[in-house]
Amino acid sequence: MPSLRYLENVVTLQFDVEKCIGCGMCSVVCPHGVFAIENRKARIVARDACIECGACAGNCPVEALTVKAGVGCASAIIHGWLTGGEPNCDCGGSC
Amino acid sequence: MTTNSCCPPPEKTTVCCPPEPGADPSCPPTPEPGACCADLGDDRPGYKLWPFVCAWLDCPAGQVPQVATHLTAADITGRWQMRWGLGRSRYSIAPGLYAVGTPSSSSPVLVTANYKMTFDMLRRDMHGHDAWLLVLDTRGINVWCAAGKGTFGTDELVRQVRRARLQEVVDHRTLIVPQLGAPGIAAHKVVKACGFKVVYGPVRSSDLPRFLESGQKAAPDMRRVNFDFIDRLVLTPVELVNMRRQILWSTLILLILGGIGPEIFSFSAAWIRGSAALASGLLGVVTGAVFVPALLPWLPARSFAVKGAIAGLATGFLATMLFSSSLDWLNALALLMAVAAISSWCSMHFTGSTTFTSPSGVEKEMRQAIPAQAAALLVGGVSWLAGAF
Repeated sequence: MPSLRYLENVVTLQFDVEKCIGCGMCSVVCPHGVFAIENRKARIVARDACIECGACAGNCPVEALTVKAGVGCASAIIHGWLTGGEPNCDCGGSC
Repeated sequence: MTTNSCCPPPEKTTVCCPPEPGADPSCPPTPEPGACCADLGDDRPGYKLWPFVCAWLDCPAGQVPQVATHLTAADITGRWQMRWGLGRSRYSIAPGLYAVGTPSSSSPVLVTANYKMTFDMLRRDMHGHDAWLLVLDTRGINVWCAAGKGTFGTDELVRQVRRARLQEVVDHRTLIVPQLGAPGIAAHKVVKACGFKVVYGPVRSSDLPRFLESGQKAAPDMRRVNFDFIDRLVLTPVELVNMRRQILWSTLILLILGGIGPEIFSFSAAWIRGSAALASGLLGVVTGAVFVPALLPWLPARSFAVKGAIAGLATGFLATMLFSSSLDWLNALALLMAVAAISSWCSMHFTGSTTFTSPSGVEKEMRQAIPAQAAALLVGGVSWLAGAF
């Protein structure tokens, strides 16, 4: 099956290699294999697979990662536009 | 504790249902609900006991409900109701500590959400294992979505650890958190706040037995999110049901507009042209909300709106061919444009159900797609109305 990949060059993931202590938490929590650990440092190996969920940034103990995290959901973004607030999907249990 | 709906029942109930040593760890539920326990007082004013609770375990921090590891017909019906968006908007259980099998002070603690479908899958997948289940209050939302919203989060985890007096229940200091909960949890903050170390478990609860047996180590495949044909298809019914209000209003508008023609307004035209337009609209909805999700990897383009437009042009074209004898070019154009626009719009909304879209990407495609969808719908609508004359 062809792999499911989304738009290229859009994600807001930023990585400060100087701060990285190579603990490997980012590669543990990432559901899409964005990171690899090489020579006791993390490296971004699949940037366009990032879904901006924020797991890596939240679990990085030295704040070497930043990302504008949110949900990749059209309804949520429309909700954000209409209310002028943060994107928020107000759907039920299924999403 | 007394205000909580999963608080322990009166003391005497435990004499009737304690797990016997060496008994089947799957803990079969009583054949009739309440056949044994309820008679002795499991029913309490204002509370209703879930049928999946099959006994109460005594532990240093109070009594903990032991849950069955096989699903009953009611559990399965409930899941179908959620999948089809029928009749319930919240499907949750009380947060707190539960037990599967007969866990001891050295058994693992698995953290989960209080969405009942999530909880049901977890207890089913833990059949034959002993573990504590620490259920967080995520307002009946699944782990991944709740983590994105922050309700499955560091503060709530720490709160439930303290509320369950987990340090008295187990003698280890490890919490197994599902990997998809990680967006809401900061492992290094949890250990600072309550002394429990977070170990991220597999993405899917079905991998938990393998994870536990391999010394709490997740193989690389347990860490990746898949989104295969079946995963996508089970999400489509609820997409359709969620659109019922828009479909109802569109039906009304199309029936009224369909009557406009050379005779100013004709009821027979309203019926014939209105229902033809409605059928075109529904073709767009089914194309965008069912065909596109099912065929996602095989459709060209990465943008969902473009995938939807391509699929809509294809099904719209087939429809014009099928009805070519009764369609003039204006009505054919209307059909094509409407199906493509509606399919594109519905496909774009499937982004929220997928596992691989980023908010930056969705926003980018929406800024480009919505004007195009509106323009196509306008062209379609105008040529449909003009086609009446």
